Amino acid sequence: MRPESLLPVFVKRPLPSRAMVYLSPLLALTLTLLAGSVLFLTMSVPPLQAMYAFFIEPLSSVYGLTELAVKATPLVLIGVALALGFRAGVWNIGAEGQLIIGGLCGGAVALYFYEQEGFYILPLILLAGIIGGMLWAAIVAFLRTRFNANEILTSLMLSYVASLLINLMVHGPLKDPEGFNFPESRLFSESAMLPILFEGTRLHLGAVFALLVVAAGWLMLSRSLSGFQIKAMGSASAAAEHAGFSSNRIIWMTLLLGGGVAGLAGTIEVAGPIGQLLPTISPGYGFTAIIVAYVGRLHPLGSLLAGLLLALTYLGGETAQINLGLPVAVTGVFQGLLLFFLLACDVFIHYQLQWRRSGSSGEAA
Amino acid sequence: MSKKNSEYLLELEGMRKAFPGVLANDDVGLAIKPGEVHALLGENGAGKSTLVKMIYGILQPDSGTIKFNGKPMKILAPAQARELGIAMVFQHFSLFDSLTVVENISLGMDHQSSMEKLAARITELSERYGLPLDPHRHVYTLSVGERQRIEIIRCLLQQPKLLVMDEPTSVLTPQEVDKLFETLKRLSSEGMSILYISHKLDEIKALCHHATILRLGRKVASVNIDEESPQTLAAMMMGEELQTLQRGEAVNSGQVRLEVAGLNVTAADPLGISLKDIHLQICAGEVVGIAGVAGNGQDELLAALNGETRVREAATILLEGKPAGRLGPNERRLAGMASVPEKRLGHGAVPDMSLVDNAFLTAFRRMRLLRHGLIDYARTRQFCEQVIRDFSVKTPDAQVPAESLSGGNLQKFIIGRELDQNPEILLVSQPTWGVDAGAALTIRRALRERAAKGAAVLVISQDLDELMEITDRIGALCGGHLSAFYPTREMTVEKVGLLMAGVTLEQEYAA
Repeated sequence: MRPESLLPVFVKRPLPSRAMVYLSPLLALTLTLLAGSVLFLTMSVPPLQAMYAFFIEPLSSVYGLTELAVKATPLVLIGVALALGFRAGVWNIGAEGQLIIGGLCGGAVALYFYEQEGFYILPLILLAGIIGGMLWAAIVAFLRTRFNANEILTSLMLSYVASLLINLMVHGPLKDPEGFNFPESRLFSESAMLPILFEGTRLHLGAVFALLVVAAGWLMLSRSLSGFQIKAMGSASAAAEHAGFSSNRIIWMTLLLGGGVAGLAGTIEVAGPIGQLLPTISPGYGFTAIIVAYVGRLHPLGSLLAGLLLALTYLGGETAQINLGLPVAVTGVFQGLLLFFLLACDVFIHYQLQWRRSGSSGEAA
Repeated sequence: MSKKNSEYLLELEGMRKAFPGVLANDDVGLAIKPGEVHALLGENGAGKSTLVKMIYGILQPDSGTIKFNGKPMKILAPAQARELGIAMVFQHFSLFDSLTVVENISLGMDHQSSMEKLAARITELSERYGLPLDPHRHVYTLSVGERQRIEIIRCLLQQPKLLVMDEPTSVLTPQEVDKLFETLKRLSSEGMSILYISHKLDEIKALCHHATILRLGRKVASVNIDEESPQTLAAMMMGEELQTLQRGEAVNSGQVRLEVAGLNVTAADPLGISLKDIHLQICAGEVVGIAGVAGNGQDELLAALNGETRVREAATILLEGKPAGRLGPNERRLAGMASVPEKRLGHGAVPDMSLVDNAFLTAFRRMRLLRHGLIDYARTRQFCEQVIRDFSVKTPDAQVPAESLSGGNLQKFIIGRELDQNPEILLVSQPTWGVDAGAALTIRRALRERAAKGAAVLVISQDLDELMEITDRIGALCGGHLSAFYPTREMTVEKVGLLMAGVTLEQEYAA
């Protein structure tokens, strides 16, 4: 006689729940807010006040909204590109490195044209950034297709190489000659900077690129042959091979796409809000974009919304630091909590909880 | 207390299990006496596996009672079933290729014991029951029949009262089947009950005492085997007498559509099967069959023929006389080829994609479903609906995911998708595996019709009866070697069995 457990058990759903696919991010967000409140309480900050500073205050001014768009731009760009790769089962988690190399290449071109003018300079910078990011991702693609090296490891490790490389460059060849030996490049000249969309804000042309990439990603995924190949390869690689889709081609395509877009995002950062090369040009946008892609359900449109949400955690972290004296690490904690809860909630897409009826009829005495 | 010492070891009553859209078991009953070999008989899809999974605790019934030794039981997990004395040999083995026999068995034990003791017991059991097996051999060096012995011995180690065997002979040659039966009869004579699941009537006649017959999830009858003939069993299993395939004469025009000349493919995987010096010719208008036990190079051969694996020497595969060894799958499709792999979900179709998307999957080149680089969904939907109509695929609409279709319906869809592209060369692997009788007949008829229209059709199948029924010529794969081909009408199941075991018929006749 086994005592019937009162705890619910996980039972696999016969078919994945469509509703849970979309409810899971919302549920995860709610749980993140609850856990965040507990966190704030332990730091003896009134949770409501902290939540206000974190999530409402940054959005209460026009300037705040444009700042949100500035922070969301690289997240959305990379989020869309990563979503395409993840759909294909290509786990490029080194977008941070591709972003850095893109920024470095774009920045190098900007510095090459220092104090020159011309409409052609900006396109060249952007192009250099895209190519730089692609080359960095191409290393990963080569290692994967030639030696079957796991792209999760190689792309992640190359991120650290990239971050050391940009450090080396701004400490050395690209250092500002008149910069009192600070590890910074010169400030880019006017022709090398992305035009500002609204005077008095930092909102720049890059935000438009992000929207274009969302639209292009959507079209590609829903209607193009490449998008179809990505989806087929990701859900059933053998079926995709049988249909004549080459897995190596898809690995190259998604990695180059991811690297190129991440490189573009890096260039947009240095030629937009930053305006020069620094040892650190990204507060982890490339890593946060992984969360963006997942919260956005690996869909370009979802990545747009998720990009805005994650951008808010950056802004909120800053506000909370200024207003409440909370450590800036709160941003990272919130992002981590969100991903953690999301992965947990995603279990409910395939499983449901079931309470066993207590007392079994078969074993009645 | 409830009554003890029942006449039966296992009694099921009113078992019911529903899956979304399917009532897999409806009011099914079954009773087995100690020492009895009891057949669970039914077509594919009749609900046999569902019933057995409930006995073994993998699935929970929606309603119904299970009595073991006369005591009502709830079997919540396989571990509990094993504790009661129920052991099961699955159709698909769960063995680690790189481990030895004794290591594999040790891994699956509920109670650990030392390796030497275990090896000694394995040797003892294998000698006692005529199951030759060296406990220290690595699994990858063993044949399928030997691997099955590991699973059987793994069960016997638990000293079960009831042994459940799920279609154990589907992976064996006719000669290996005979050996297995000797073992099972021995076990039964020692008092062990055996629940034997099959749809092969001759086997059941040879082995079993009683049979419970299922059809479409319901119990049709419970019979004494000795009082029935294969014909009466078949009638109960299939319901109304199914018409058999009317086959016309082969219209072999002699025009060779597919030729394979000296094809060698080295397996990429060290445990895979390499194809050695394959020769094959298929002409317009004929259906050629390749028999063989699974894992003898069937998957590798299909992949080499349909372009999933490319071959360095282009001229070893000729499509309509043109070298095609280096062409990819889509180039071969454009040259007139279509292929249906064995595995439906995940190879023939993408499980979570809609039928429309799955129609696009292999048809987009030949049916021109791309416009300006974008998917032309209007035309794709039209094509998909045509397939659904032509092959009477039972589905609510074309937008449901492929995985929601039953096995038979999905197979009709996949075969229909390929046939509606009007291929001149058609490769099909296991066309009716796990498909109900009605769908199987539709599929077999469609394959014959395609050949009658002038296509060259290759059928790779483990189902000998099917090959005998629909092919014009027949050969077999064994260990990556393809035998010579013989006219089907001159062949018997025994002769094909020899081919499957790698014996060449000339040798046999000479001896």
